[in-house]
Amino acid sequence: MTTDVDLTTAVSQHFPSALPRASLDCPAFNSSAAEVAAVLKYLRDAQGFDFLTDLTAIDWTAEKSPRFTVIWHLYSSEQHRYVRVAADCTSATEPVMPSVTGLWAGADWHERECYDMFGIIFTGHPDLRRILMWDGYPYFPLRKEFPLAGLPAALPDAEISAETGAGVIAAPMAGGPFVATPGQPMSAAEPRAKDEAWNEHSEKTV
Amino acid sequence: MATDFSYPDAAAKAAAVPKEFGPEKMSLSMGPSHPSTHGVLRIQFELDGEIVTKADPVIGYLHRGDEKIAENMTYNQFVPYTDRLDYIAPLANNMAYAIAVERLAKLEVPARCQAIRVLTAEMARVSSHLMGLGAFGIDVGAWTVFMYCFEEREKLYKLFEELTGARFTTSYSRIGGLARDVPEGWIQRVDAFTDQFLPILDEVLSLLSRNKIFLDRTVGVGVIGRADAIAYGLSGPNLRGSGVANDLRKDRPYSGYEQYEFDVPVGAQGDCYDRYLCRGEEMKQSIRIIRQIVKNFPRGDWYAPDARKIFAPPKEKILTSMEELINNFMIVTEGPQMPVGEVYFEAENPKGALGFYIVSKGGGVPYRMKIRSPSFCNLSILPKLCVGNLVSDVVAILGSLDFVMGECDR
Repeated sequence: MTTDVDLTTAVSQHFPSALPRASLDCPAFNSSAAEVAAVLKYLRDAQGFDFLTDLTAIDWTAEKSPRFTVIWHLYSSEQHRYVRVAADCTSATEPVMPSVTGLWAGADWHERECYDMFGIIFTGHPDLRRILMWDGYPYFPLRKEFPLAGLPAALPDAEISAETGAGVIAAPMAGGPFVATPGQPMSAAEPRAKDEAWNEHSEKTV
Repeated sequence: MATDFSYPDAAAKAAAVPKEFGPEKMSLSMGPSHPSTHGVLRIQFELDGEIVTKADPVIGYLHRGDEKIAENMTYNQFVPYTDRLDYIAPLANNMAYAIAVERLAKLEVPARCQAIRVLTAEMARVSSHLMGLGAFGIDVGAWTVFMYCFEEREKLYKLFEELTGARFTTSYSRIGGLARDVPEGWIQRVDAFTDQFLPILDEVLSLLSRNKIFLDRTVGVGVIGRADAIAYGLSGPNLRGSGVANDLRKDRPYSGYEQYEFDVPVGAQGDCYDRYLCRGEEMKQSIRIIRQIVKNFPRGDWYAPDARKIFAPPKEKILTSMEELINNFMIVTEGPQMPVGEVYFEAENPKGALGFYIVSKGGGVPYRMKIRSPSFCNLSILPKLCVGNLVSDVVAILGSLDFVMGECDR
């Protein structure tokens, strides 16, 4: 069994551009969108990471560049350890990442979820469509600009929407009475601040 | 004349017939509220007669945006939401989440806390497998098993209620500890439960293990090969049923699992019957772990002493000491202050490996939290697994996969 240090050296020898990534637990690498499929293939075939346990993305908000980072977690059933691989999407408006469905069949649903939640296009995916939200849903909910309460949208069934005039409505009180927003005072998390738009900083207008 | 029972071949033959001469395919929607879909799974089938030629699972009916919610609340506030992932085994989810955040905070909880967590997680495993077994029995026409399983499960829920105050939504773990210590005499009642449970479990399993109808419905049905199980990232009994001896409790012990003796049962064929056998044996192993804990139940603190900035002080101290009151106020309003960094932790839950990937920018709220749910990964094999089977076998396959939609959809 190779140690974590060996793994870091081996990966950096094969892929000079794959730099170690800050991590509190398992070894982690920063790769690029162009090279990441090769890195993952190398980790699977040469280093024995046979399980793709998780695939997800992080949205660093629209102000940051690169905006989206895709994260793969691999697990080795022989060596009982994890490795984390990250790659940034080059474009913030049309984020694209190569699909790894050819390496792991299980990547299919993970990539669909990632597309559904972040709008990242996985090139080479056989059937990239929404999975948790319905087809035709207009937003990508895990993007940071999407509010917790949700946004109004049409119902999944256009016919019912037209007939009843009903739609998906945003949750009242931002989705919950006590939702702590980072950097905001707690008074902003209280129900009165959510549903009546007044607190000790802004007067109640009647 | 030999009858051709090889369904995949039959499906292939049907597909080889030129389209203009072939029979018309039928589409059938199963679920989202079908008794055998265990919640709100819907599968869109394309059928040739009674043989499935295409299966497209439609999930998301129970999607609540747990990951979005997690980004908007403090770490301890999210504990009740973990109950609602795998709502059949909330205590195991509580523990997995707490350990993930503790890895981020670099907290070590004392032995008593670890033991209580393992104890409750193993009880949750037994209760989850009982539910899975009972529902699987009903799916293939064995009503009695369900009744036995639910009676035993009820006894466990009585114990959970005594410990946590709730039967289902336990919210028992806290970051760096537990909500409360075990009540007086509870450990003895757990011990008494294990004593009477084992003979009943044997009786329940004997209702199925050599039952001709059950064998006909499950043996050789829904075979998941070793390579497929790995490629689709299965975990838990569904993976071990296919002969891969992966168990995170053994391979990457957490919360003191390395102290306990237990075996990891694996299947040989990877069919529905093997998955059933694995669950049955796992319950016995869980009871073995529970007995070891009960025998040597550690004394001492049940929360991490160095978690002052995370763990709320004891109630009587809040009411009498100014410092503790301020401390409590800060924890409640600002949330526990976490270091910057990212961690990924997976725990071996009843359904498989439940993972939490937490990205922290510091402060009391996670910047991003991804929940890797075992049911989601286990169901992703359905489009491949259902094809070539009869519709009635799909019911057996779904029962044997033992999934929970609350966790799949998050």
